[in-house]
Amino acid sequence: MTSVSAPFTVAENAGLSLLARAEIVGRESAGPAAAEVDREGRFPHEALDALRVHKLLNCAVPVDQGGEGVSLGELCAVARILGRYCASTAMIFAMHQTQILSLVRHSTPGVTAFVAEAVANDYLIASATTELGTGGDVRSSVCAVARDGEAVSLTKNAPVISYGEYADAILVTARRTADSPPSDQVLVVCRRGDVTLEPTGNWDTLGLRGTCSPGFVLTATTSADLVVGAAYSEISSRTMLPVSHSVWSAVWLGIADAAMEKARSFVRSVARRSPGVTPPGALRLAEAAAVHQQFADLVAASAARFDAAASAQDESMSGMGFSLAMNNLKVTASTLVVDLVNRAMLICGIAGYREDSQYSLGRHLRDAHGAAVMVNNDRIMNNSAQLSIAYRGTL
Amino acid sequence: MTEQVIRKVLGEHAKLSVDSMALDPAADLYELGLTSHASVNVMLALEDAFDVEFPDELLRKSTFASIGAIRSALTELGAA
Repeated sequence: MTSVSAPFTVAENAGLSLLARAEIVGRESAGPAAAEVDREGRFPHEALDALRVHKLLNCAVPVDQGGEGVSLGELCAVARILGRYCASTAMIFAMHQTQILSLVRHSTPGVTAFVAEAVANDYLIASATTELGTGGDVRSSVCAVARDGEAVSLTKNAPVISYGEYADAILVTARRTADSPPSDQVLVVCRRGDVTLEPTGNWDTLGLRGTCSPGFVLTATTSADLVVGAAYSEISSRTMLPVSHSVWSAVWLGIADAAMEKARSFVRSVARRSPGVTPPGALRLAEAAAVHQQFADLVAASAARFDAAASAQDESMSGMGFSLAMNNLKVTASTLVVDLVNRAMLICGIAGYREDSQYSLGRHLRDAHGAAVMVNNDRIMNNSAQLSIAYRGTL
Repeated sequence: MTEQVIRKVLGEHAKLSVDSMALDPAADLYELGLTSHASVNVMLALEDAFDVEFPDELLRKSTFASIGAIRSALTELGAA
């Protein structure tokens, strides 16, 4: 009864590359739980624990702030691997990275201290950017920050806060002051302990069920130095939009990877049964592979566009060409993921349609349809339409 | 003269929360409610009013951040 057991140690990080760690999290934690997470619409706790163990939550934080300083391209590679195993886990990872990069890249002293705290404790960070009454426009707020000396408070009626209940902090957008117009927003860091979340609905969706994103009335009181100094318009155009569209697209690419793997293995099994005869699905597989390649190249090129501009502190990041390119990425990737899962479904046929076969594509198909509706493609294309009137360059 | 035209364009297209005629030339238009959507309309109206075309390198947020910034962009284009 008094035996002292050696502390449980995980052979973590010992020389393992970023992608190898992502693969372990996917294969050992996210993948095995994916079906249950999806069915029950529950938070993927085991995958999040594994992301913490393998130090993947903070990998994009610069080295001098305790992270690994990985590029957006590398982040996308991790998101893609996770997406292949569990799209909900991958989306949570992607959204978290967008939040932490927003803080790192638009830092002020209070925020820097918070990032250090977040890195030291492996915080999971959520965001509340949509609000009832704005018609889905994240660049417009109804709620406003109220200042009282060193304290600030706000109340927001948010139609969705992804994994809000499980996050250690939530980044909330609000009007700068009670007198500010709807578009003059700031980003406020709220520690979970300073936040009250009153649920206003359930999260019973077709796909991405494990992101656990119901609506809440959020009430928070935090300190004035946790109001990020930069205007939210800057944070949004330079970091939140390009980073989120890139990492989300990488997640969707991961879903497409999973569907392609099933299609490929299905065609191969048919081919094995009739040696010497090319199975009918092989042609469809070849066609799908060509689309898949475009998709992968688009995600990689878009992340590289961001990394090149970010390292140069390039003014082009606030330009229209950059915004248009990132809008196009999101719309194209979210369309291609559905296209590729559909192609895989036709290749696998009834085996893909069944819920109880090794080629089952139901979860991927349902998750894939989340892509076009989260930040609705029509809203993005309307924004692009306006920019297109002005833009004269080539993308 | 130039500044008056800029103010008029802002009044018609910028959807600010304040009167564009009484604005400080250095005031941040984005803080006063200018959105990227509205800034495109402002740009088109300025092109019309001054018979110029904004090249791509000027199509960024900072170009339309204040009356002063718009004015210097127009100067750069030889319009004012």
